[in-house]
Amino acid sequence: MSETFDAIVIGAGPSGNACAYVMAKAGLNVLQIERGEYSGSKNVQGAILYADALERIIPDFREDAPLERHIVEQRMWILDDKAHVGGHYRSDAFNEERPNRYTIIRAQFDKWFSRKVREAGALVVCETTVTELIKDGKGKVIGVRTDREDGDVYADVVVMADGVNALVASRSGIKKEVTPDAVALAVKEMHFLPQDVIESRFNIGEEEGVVIEVAGSVTVGMVGTAFLYTNKESIAVGIGCLVSDFTEAQVRPAFLLEKFKNHPSIKPLLAGSEVKEYAAHLIPEGGLNAVPQLFGDGWMIVGDAAQFVNAVHREGSNMAMTSGRLAAETVIAAKKAGKPMVSSVLVAYKKALEDSFVLKDLHKYRRLPKVLHNNKHFFTDYPRLLSQAAETMLRVDGEDKRSKEKKITKAFRSTRRLGGLLGDVFNLARAFR
Amino acid sequence: MQEIHIKVEEKLYQNRYMVDEGRPHISVKPHTQPTEALASLVKICPAGCYSRTETGQVEIAPDGCLECGTCRIVCAATGDIEWNYPRGGYGILFKFG
Repeated sequence: MSETFDAIVIGAGPSGNACAYVMAKAGLNVLQIERGEYSGSKNVQGAILYADALERIIPDFREDAPLERHIVEQRMWILDDKAHVGGHYRSDAFNEERPNRYTIIRAQFDKWFSRKVREAGALVVCETTVTELIKDGKGKVIGVRTDREDGDVYADVVVMADGVNALVASRSGIKKEVTPDAVALAVKEMHFLPQDVIESRFNIGEEEGVVIEVAGSVTVGMVGTAFLYTNKESIAVGIGCLVSDFTEAQVRPAFLLEKFKNHPSIKPLLAGSEVKEYAAHLIPEGGLNAVPQLFGDGWMIVGDAAQFVNAVHREGSNMAMTSGRLAAETVIAAKKAGKPMVSSVLVAYKKALEDSFVLKDLHKYRRLPKVLHNNKHFFTDYPRLLSQAAETMLRVDGEDKRSKEKKITKAFRSTRRLGGLLGDVFNLARAFR
Repeated sequence: MQEIHIKVEEKLYQNRYMVDEGRPHISVKPHTQPTEALASLVKICPAGCYSRTETGQVEIAPDGCLECGTCRIVCAATGDIEWNYPRGGYGILFKFG
């Protein structure tokens, strides 16, 4: 292609679609390049859609976007081998006119979003892999090379939205390769069940949904979490741990998923289902420390490629869409002012991120990855202690209550020592502050 | 605890793939003794693509690859494998993701 586009977006996931859409809508000449057969074909997610982030891009998305269920209940479970201890939050306030969170099916949602990107006027090319950035003599990015014949294309700015592996950025020296302790490997299955079975099993109405987030012995001592989300006619179930932990523990990911599915608290929820897909994907877990340089002469990086994931709250897709939008707005403003796409201009993108929840939240939780990594007992000792404490108090067996309380306190103190318990409280508080 | 036996191949059965015949997108560099990192892939590849040969080397059959990138990251320091995405349009195609 000999024409020079205003912008090239690499990748058609949430961040790439958000970026391409906003720029195209503003009248820019946008080329978006996706390596899969269609937008979504290479993407995996739980998945939860954060309406607020999408409303700021497509305010009336609810009219035709494929949405599964709007979430009314969140269950947080700490699993021990046979039990779970946890809490629920359910509110009718979530049954509002414009619900705040939905479960979605990633590949199908991306297809819809991609259609919107095309309708906004962007040129979307699929089945094409970007292999490297093209730079001019001064090192400014001026385009990309692809795996197509005569596949060099040029643009004033290139936005890298190619996901967690961020191959284009790392192979061009913009960022370092992801390290095993800064990324989690998650495996997931899609379990299909009749709509009414899901609704009666989870105690939800026709469009209502439940999210179950799990931690504990299901990850056999590794740092990780598991989840179960209700879609209209399917349940998404998955589990993930740090890649460094998988390597150290030598545990097969599929085995971990199977163990989780067979847990007595989980098994009945999936009974009778038909599995239609098995997927695996990496999730950025390095927090703020893993975020690379975000902009340069002729380029910006958004979404998972920039490692924008809040591991505590399991938020990634809202950060992806928001960063895509902010990058787009930066390009649009620069174009309007007739400014070149160089660092001194594109720095506005980073400033916008700093003013938003994206970098603010990542900054707040910057200490958490290290705390969790150095305190694996959170995933082993505490689930067991909490579970035993609950069982001790709930079993009515003739033992007097004071003795029961003493037994519980003794278990905590002998497992963690008083110093350890205080240290745990301190570390966790510091990580969350 | 009950025994859990699973065959990853059975899980991959219902997935949709566009196989690029004769063009594997990942290859293992020739070796006599696999490094610890390379050997670990036999267990941790979520699609079970890596296996041990009779003579103790590690080989890959990338047809069922889910393109997660785990192997590339684990072997980045030791340089045991050459990793690329499949050609555009090929490889795993998620129906649901």
